[in-house]
Amino acid sequence: MREIRYRDALREAMLEEMRRDESVFLMGEEVGHYQGAYKVSEGLLDEFGERRVIDTPIAEAGFAGVGIGAAMVGLRPIIEFMTWNFSFVAFDQIISNAAKLHQMSAGAIRVPIVFRGPNGAAKQVGSQHSHSVAPFYTNIPGLHVVQPSTPRDAKGLLKSAIRSNNPVVFLEGETLYGVKGEVPDEGVDELIPIGESRLARPGSDCTIVTWGRPYYTALAAADKLAAEGIECEVVDPRTLRPLDTSLMIESIKKTNRCVVVHEHWPYGGPGAEIVDRLQREVFDYLDAPIERVTALDVPMPYALNLEDSVLPTEARVIDAVKRVSYAE
Amino acid sequence: MMVIRRFEEEAARNYAKGNIGGFLHLYIGQEAIAVAACEVLGESDYIFQTYRDHGIALARGMPSTAAMAELFGKDTGCSRGLGGSMHFFDVERGFLGGWAIIGGHLALAAGTAFKSKYAGESNVTVCFFGEGSTNIGGFHEALSLAGLWKLPIVFICENNQYAMGTPLERTSPLKDLSKKAEGYGMEGDRFEGHDVEVVQERIGAAVERARSGEGPTFIEIQTYRFRGHSMSDPAKYRSRTELEQRKQKDPIVVLRERLLGLGVEESVLDDIDLAVDEETDAAVRFAEESEPARHEMMMTTVLAPEDES
Repeated sequence: MREIRYRDALREAMLEEMRRDESVFLMGEEVGHYQGAYKVSEGLLDEFGERRVIDTPIAEAGFAGVGIGAAMVGLRPIIEFMTWNFSFVAFDQIISNAAKLHQMSAGAIRVPIVFRGPNGAAKQVGSQHSHSVAPFYTNIPGLHVVQPSTPRDAKGLLKSAIRSNNPVVFLEGETLYGVKGEVPDEGVDELIPIGESRLARPGSDCTIVTWGRPYYTALAAADKLAAEGIECEVVDPRTLRPLDTSLMIESIKKTNRCVVVHEHWPYGGPGAEIVDRLQREVFDYLDAPIERVTALDVPMPYALNLEDSVLPTEARVIDAVKRVSYAE
Repeated sequence: MMVIRRFEEEAARNYAKGNIGGFLHLYIGQEAIAVAACEVLGESDYIFQTYRDHGIALARGMPSTAAMAELFGKDTGCSRGLGGSMHFFDVERGFLGGWAIIGGHLALAAGTAFKSKYAGESNVTVCFFGEGSTNIGGFHEALSLAGLWKLPIVFICENNQYAMGTPLERTSPLKDLSKKAEGYGMEGDRFEGHDVEVVQERIGAAVERARSGEGPTFIEIQTYRFRGHSMSDPAKYRSRTELEQRKQKDPIVVLRERLLGLGVEESVLDDIDLAVDEETDAAVRFAEESEPARHEMMMTTVLAPEDES
């Protein structure tokens, strides 16, 4: 298998799906002539033209709504937010319209649409550009929320999202676009189903549940812990709504310990949801309370030293694993 | 118009009796606009409306049984009891909803118009909203995009003078809202909405413009609702004199007088009234006797089924 970058995996997914289905189009700020603010849509305008790769004014609520309307009558829009931070001005479109429409119309109208873009902290972009938005969108029935960690998952899940008959919130990692990983060859139609978790690293001593940017932090921590004799098993949910806890449960039955590592704030959200479900499902198997390693409960500061202290670090993951393992 | 008027009077009575819950926003006084629009629209055209949506749904041909049953929260309602008064849908007739967040549905309407253009189809979209919507961002963004892309859409602002209880002069520096059209690079029009024939002609011209690829139109229609904003609103912000004056321009009275003047027998009009009374009574009976909304429908419509792949 070849290795490609996360951003190229996403571009291939869109390219293949747009070739496959005339009803798929890409719309957003700078997606066409500029080739994408993060170059995810590079080359798409050349192949598909301005009819299907559509630059918009700065009007997130407007073009998100146009996408939903187009989806209502049979198109399959991909709406790119330059970053998910800007989705807040389109919040009403996603929540009141996209998520509610199927039920409000008693199942008469479908909304097959993907909202995608980079999510989470980048580097020193400050408090308004560093939101990890999963908690907002995972709370809403009627939406799928997907957050792939690897290039392979990014491609396979985006293809599934585009073919889904439901609105999908697709959270890419702003710092992951340059990450390389194995992806099946171009044209291999690998669809990774929405709602299936993945075992990322086998281990016997402690289960780590993680996704997005901290996925890599947790894997690095797991390597260091292994050198100390603690073997962590890492599970990546990949989809945050619907949430697949089966591998987590299986793993905890073996390890009896669990740490959940995520980038979003600690108050609520998928991190807390996972802990809530697991403590009920595997209460009798747990030898320690489940720990969480999260962003600190503060708006993101600018200074690099402070930003580094806000996001989950290897050291914090290692400490948490040792605490639940009663290792120190 | 009579079907809508009687339907809503009956809905108000049943709201008072407790048969209908939630919010109930009546269209009484504005009927000529919905009826005229539906006269000029083709079967494949799309319509969006706010939460004040009974009138347009009935004008488009939704059976009053399905409409009343929805108000009663029954499984036989147009949205199976899942939508309610504010969320009527009749997809087969191109009525794409009743929407209850001010300004939120204008971009959706631009989206269906976008699809028509994308797919090279000749259908147009008509989107209704109140003058209160013209101050919110959703209005601006939708009209910006529709104007920019020359989408086949007609935006119809039903200016009923009050955004809930606040009159236009306290919410807008403009008296003539149709001037906004120019800012979005589209045609504008402005007229009174009590004469169904005038309304039909003017909306018809805008629809024709959209259908022939000449782009969108923003229309301000000056109208008046005879009831409060919703059933919980006694409308104390306006005088009885003002209301009585406006009732002189009741679209139903205006049309009735014109028909009589043209020599139509009064008995013919009375027969229509009787038939409408019967239809409305039947709708209430149907709603009363229908089965309640179903738990299973609620649970199975959160997400659409996925295709097998």
